Amino acid sequence: MSIWEYANPVKFMKTSSLVLPWAAGLTAISLIVGLVWGFFLTPEATNFGSTVKVIYVHVPSAMMAINIWAMMLVTSLIWLIRRHHVSALAAKAAAPIGAVMTLIALITGAIWGQPMWGTWWEWDPRLTSFLILFLFYLGYMALWGAIDNPDTAADLTGVLCLVGSVFAILSRYAVNFWNQGLHQGATLSLDKQENIADVYWVPLLFCIAGFVLLFVTLVLMRTRTEIRARRLKALEQRERMA
Amino acid sequence: MIALLIRDLRLAVRAGGGFGLGLAFFLIVVTLVPFGVGPEGGVLARIASGILWLGALLACLLSLDRIFALDFEDGSLDLLATAPIPLEGVVTMKALAHWITTGLPLVVAAPVFGVLLHLPQGAYLWLIVALILGTPALSVLGTFGAALTVGLKRGGLLMSLLVLPLYVPTLIFGAELVRRGAAGMATQVPLMMLAGITAATIAIVPFASAAAIRVNLR
Repeated sequence: MSIWEYANPVKFMKTSSLVLPWAAGLTAISLIVGLVWGFFLTPEATNFGSTVKVIYVHVPSAMMAINIWAMMLVTSLIWLIRRHHVSALAAKAAAPIGAVMTLIALITGAIWGQPMWGTWWEWDPRLTSFLILFLFYLGYMALWGAIDNPDTAADLTGVLCLVGSVFAILSRYAVNFWNQGLHQGATLSLDKQENIADVYWVPLLFCIAGFVLLFVTLVLMRTRTEIRARRLKALEQRERMA
Repeated sequence: MIALLIRDLRLAVRAGGGFGLGLAFFLIVVTLVPFGVGPEGGVLARIASGILWLGALLACLLSLDRIFALDFEDGSLDLLATAPIPLEGVVTMKALAHWITTGLPLVVAAPVFGVLLHLPQGAYLWLIVALILGTPALSVLGTFGAALTVGLKRGGLLMSLLVLPLYVPTLIFGAELVRRGAAGMATQVPLMMLAGITAATIAIVPFASAAAIRVNLR
């Protein structure tokens, strides 16, 4: 029993069809608990008022935006090294979700920034690097869409993902140098004595878990769709040959 | 490899538009900016270095598609790929030829265009230094974008979307170097970062470009 067994599409389809309803159910539960608790049952913070509640969408989506790119990097590497098609299709399936997460983080950030900083948009390092990350997602998806041959597309987008990762990280630290930040530092970290108060912290954990599960659910669904589309294409090709 | 470089240069010069076209485009950008923002010297002086960098970026971008596309169409890229020199070397030479035909003229002409944009006195030296250090990275990264899109019929717009985000670090440090130089501040940090990014790009990106070309030739 090893993880590589799931490189077999049949095995992947079977296991994912079992996992999918559980993942979807848990997503619904944790998102409902986290969002309802966060939006309606937490007190209003001093200085922030009710705007603090944007955090329950903003922070999880921002975390996912970065981690989905990391997941794409890993799956691209697996495709380039071991040539498992499911891996390449998972990367393809994850990209639009990552782009939407980035967009959600940017938009909720703007909604939060307007009352707090008095501006919708500021050329702050974090905001700018998210915008650049969004551009990388767009380029990646556009390249997938432009190439007909699926193996060529998977190879080229894989290479693009590797190079893009290096330059995305480089840009992240370059913009630090270029402008001073308005955005606060990390709110949550494991090694700090004091994170945000527990009243806000617990529902936030639910939201983060909900977003992670949401991503798992969506990426499984989309990968299954991609595999079925690939099968359909193969069938059509066989039909034409015959 | 030298023969390849000379061949590419000769093709660029004789096929027309090699040296001149990028420069003419650069000139048009510089001419249009005052129409857009108004002719006041103060405003122009403030944004001059940024405009010159953006002009260099766009001039470089527009000439990228011809790096591999023509060779791909007439089949000479297949021959180069099977030639005894490594494909990475071919890519590096192609990038060098591209830099000599677009980057180098821009470096030479940039001070003249700086005059048009009222670039501050102290900035000229730093502008030349920044462009010399930065434009090779633009050409090398350009080969990566060109290699990714070489098999596509209309890859131009897609290539800009792929390549321009990769230019962000170079642009940031290049423009910052000129800005600090003009203001008489310490320039060591952006200078070293810019040089470091260019050196690392030249060292690493040809491998990615060569990998992309191999995929496209498969």
